[in-house]
Amino acid sequence: MSTLAVHDHGVVHHEDGHEHHHKATFLNTYVFSQDHKYIAKQFLVTGIIMAFIAMSLSILFRIQLAYPDKSFPFLETLLGHFAPGGRLSPDFYMSLVTIHGTIMVFFVLTAGLSGTFANLLIPLQIGARDMASPFVNMLSYWFFFIASLIMLSSFLVQKGPASGGWTIYPPLSALPKAMPGSGMGMTLWLISMTLFIASQLMGGINYISTVLNMRTKGMDLWKMPLTVWALFLTAVLGVLSFPVLVAGVVLLIFDRSFGTSFYLSDIVLGGVPQPYEGGSPILFQHLFWFLGHPEVYIVIMPAMGLSSEVLAVNSRKPIFGYHAMVYSLIGISVLSFIVWGHHMFVTGMNPFLGGVFMITTLIIAVPSAVKTFNWLATLWRGNIRFTPAMLFAIGMVSFFISGGLTGIFLGNAALDINLHDTYFVIAHFHLVMGSAAIFGMLAGVYHWFPKMYRRMMDERLGYLHFWLTFIGAYLVFFPMHFMGLDGVPRRYYAFTEFESMKRWLTVNVFVTWSAIMAGIAQLAFAFNFVYSIFWGKKTVQNPWNANTLEWTAPIEHIHGNWAGEIPTVYRWPYDYSKPGHDEDFIPQTVPFSQTMSSNLPHDFEDNPGGLEEYTKWTNAQKANEAVK
Amino acid sequence: MGFKQLINSKKTLSLLAAFVLFGTDRLMAQATAAAADTAAADKSAMWTGVGYYVLLFLVAAFCVAILGKILRVYDLTQQMQGKKGVNWNGVMGICCILFLIAGMYGAYWSLTVQGSMKLPEAASAHGGAIDDMFTTTTILTLIVFVITQICLFGFAFVYRGSDKRKAYFLPHNNTIEKVWTIVPAVVLTILVVFGFFTWQRVENSSEVKGDLNIDVTGHQFAWEFRYPGTDGKLGSLNFRLTTPLNKLGVDFKDRNSFDDISADTLVLPVHQSIRLNIHAQDVIHSVYMPHFRLQQNAVPGLPTFFKFIPTITTAEMRRKTDNPKFEYLLYCNKICGGAHYNMQRVVRVVSQAEYQDWISKQKPYLTDQLKKELHFADNKTAVPAASNRLALNN
Repeated sequence: MSTLAVHDHGVVHHEDGHEHHHKATFLNTYVFSQDHKYIAKQFLVTGIIMAFIAMSLSILFRIQLAYPDKSFPFLETLLGHFAPGGRLSPDFYMSLVTIHGTIMVFFVLTAGLSGTFANLLIPLQIGARDMASPFVNMLSYWFFFIASLIMLSSFLVQKGPASGGWTIYPPLSALPKAMPGSGMGMTLWLISMTLFIASQLMGGINYISTVLNMRTKGMDLWKMPLTVWALFLTAVLGVLSFPVLVAGVVLLIFDRSFGTSFYLSDIVLGGVPQPYEGGSPILFQHLFWFLGHPEVYIVIMPAMGLSSEVLAVNSRKPIFGYHAMVYSLIGISVLSFIVWGHHMFVTGMNPFLGGVFMITTLIIAVPSAVKTFNWLATLWRGNIRFTPAMLFAIGMVSFFISGGLTGIFLGNAALDINLHDTYFVIAHFHLVMGSAAIFGMLAGVYHWFPKMYRRMMDERLGYLHFWLTFIGAYLVFFPMHFMGLDGVPRRYYAFTEFESMKRWLTVNVFVTWSAIMAGIAQLAFAFNFVYSIFWGKKTVQNPWNANTLEWTAPIEHIHGNWAGEIPTVYRWPYDYSKPGHDEDFIPQTVPFSQTMSSNLPHDFEDNPGGLEEYTKWTNAQKANEAVK
Repeated sequence: MGFKQLINSKKTLSLLAAFVLFGTDRLMAQATAAAADTAAADKSAMWTGVGYYVLLFLVAAFCVAILGKILRVYDLTQQMQGKKGVNWNGVMGICCILFLIAGMYGAYWSLTVQGSMKLPEAASAHGGAIDDMFTTTTILTLIVFVITQICLFGFAFVYRGSDKRKAYFLPHNNTIEKVWTIVPAVVLTILVVFGFFTWQRVENSSEVKGDLNIDVTGHQFAWEFRYPGTDGKLGSLNFRLTTPLNKLGVDFKDRNSFDDISADTLVLPVHQSIRLNIHAQDVIHSVYMPHFRLQQNAVPGLPTFFKFIPTITTAEMRRKTDNPKFEYLLYCNKICGGAHYNMQRVVRVVSQAEYQDWISKQKPYLTDQLKKELHFADNKTAVPAASNRLALNN
């Protein structure tokens, strides 16, 4: 039914042709655009800018960690009273790590990643003219944009931005007297995040309804590319879990501004007992991580989807175990809701509960392992074409393995006792969700750049960017494991106060310089990105010889994506290097009747008519052979 | 090719080196000069410093650009001569295998050199079980790590693209997929079962007769310790009673509190079951004693507990680590404000005899000053009580 309805919609559009019923003005084309392709680009550019900002923040605090005793007059010029005498103040250091985490997790890897690729790929890969609700889609971007501005504006506040860590655990975040960042900066953080969540919900509802209702003729769920599956399940996770964070944030706002005690109890500040009673700080942690854990899958699943697609296209092989890939995505999505307690093993949560969460946590490692093995099997006996996108996808798999394995340590409650909140955790999540997700995103940017900007990015600069970033990220995060094993806590302004930690200072210097190198490598990307938008080589319609639907759309962006009827889909998206076919790819729009020589019985599992035709054809072929 | 010679010639290299050296030299000179000079000179030195790094970056970017152009020219000339240009698939494939080799060596180096800097052996009874599990998990994950990374970059190298070959069409293989679902599931089940029981044992903090209860209270930015007196019992707490002298808000209506002892070092008798009663006054802190494999958050409004048995005295550990200055530490491991990075206390594990000696020398929590304050408070409450009675009599 639904496909039929969409089809009709398409016909109506076709009759309109290119003359829209509304006048195309500068404002509704370049600013308040409702076209999903343009909104995707808005998300991407905003996401990249936020990523550069968050990366610069990390370089600032890395400098502090490497040279805790040195003063850099430049920092004072740059940051004013946040860096008196050229050294970061401890409170501002906390602000830096907090805002770095917040921006990276939410603004870059949630909005920048899902926002860009869900907007770009969902309609183009399922064959829809636009999102289900383009206006809400536009609102989603603008809420995100305002949230970004508010988050950044907290740097202009006298006492500095929020500084309780990106997890903003109360009472630290609830008591403005507890630290400077818990004042106005925290208020801005909370407002920004509320708007951000509104943006995510508007986006997510759109992605879900578009995938469920607007697929083109023939595009059943099992013919969707893994990107769409991943983005769809990500949206489901977001819609189900983000509202819980709103609840948590609103209660925190009440505690901060209206004197309630949801999270506060038995508090003595500066020797004076406070009137709060009956609340529980653990409640906030439950609410936060009920979003927070699905959130890390919200971050990594789109990266998985993008990498799966890029790996298949560039290995010129079908993704290995497509069904297993989808089921493992579904498994991860479901399980991600019942593992949040593994962030709270030592917070005072009932130890029995900890044991339960440990079991669910280690179960989630199984679908993750399946995905990894399937990626490796996809590469096996492939004909690998090393585009920059492919390299980033391989890098994503490498990071996912390295970071995922340390998850087995941290998911084990008994081991977590000593590893909790140390640098081991930092190393773990920066590899598995930071680096892996950003590599998935970069793979997506390099791969779909021609679709977005109608030009190609420079490959050689892409190679340079990849190797510097890849090596840099490993140099930064690998040594951190061992700092964690030595019991070095995260969020320490300086290691100088501990005799036992001073020996890690040289490692910190090394890590900082690696981070600076990796940071400078991103300039190669920025240059490549901007240069290629304007002066890159013009692309052809299907530059990667890929099967998915977006490459059948014309290079020129038109409202409604396809001139004329939306193409019909006949096959799954991974018919690469199919034996018996003269080319090494068969787009989804090619019917089986045109590829008789390469069809397999497997292709007709749910299509008895087709199977009959197929057997007839093979019998005829056999008869011919016999005659010869 | 002229460009190539220019770039590759030793002269340019040495010129670049000289430039870098000269720059650093000048900077250093300026820095020393600035130290003696006024703030204005400081500012200018700063800008030269920044300018120098920007310049270095520009030079590097310029070099990259020239190299890129050279590659492009080389590529084009090859194509003009009818030969193939640079085979990037081959180059990247080789890069992958080089990365694999270098990366594996790097990981090995890091594991041996930095890995040896990890914490010494566990100094608590339960710590041994945790360390054993850590070793098992490390071995298992390292095996998987090595195999999968070799597969990843090995496949990338072996199956690097070529026009002569077509990839092998392999959409799925149910047998192998079942194998690699079930094997990790079984391995993880084993880890989970062991982990679960260890965790239950370690976290069992119910009080047993003979446990030494010690109060650990965190506030911005220090830890306070309270030992029970001769009665072996700690007096109860009420945060509303907190005053500058009664820092922990001890409730002196509870007779157990009279002989409580306050200390600023956590001294523990070896082989004795210790039960930490963990409190926080303002924000969440975390009691982290990594040498004992011990961590438990201190949460305002929610007392938490951790029970453990120290097994190695400080003196023994000093011998074992070959470090005469070695101290066990308790430090905060939950972000708690600006001075979070320096919220530590020394923990000393001693023999029973030394412990008894030490505890007898500690000051009582109920100091004379506090007594005076409480007495005063009693008087104050007594007066209105009297007037009440008066009023009633009327």
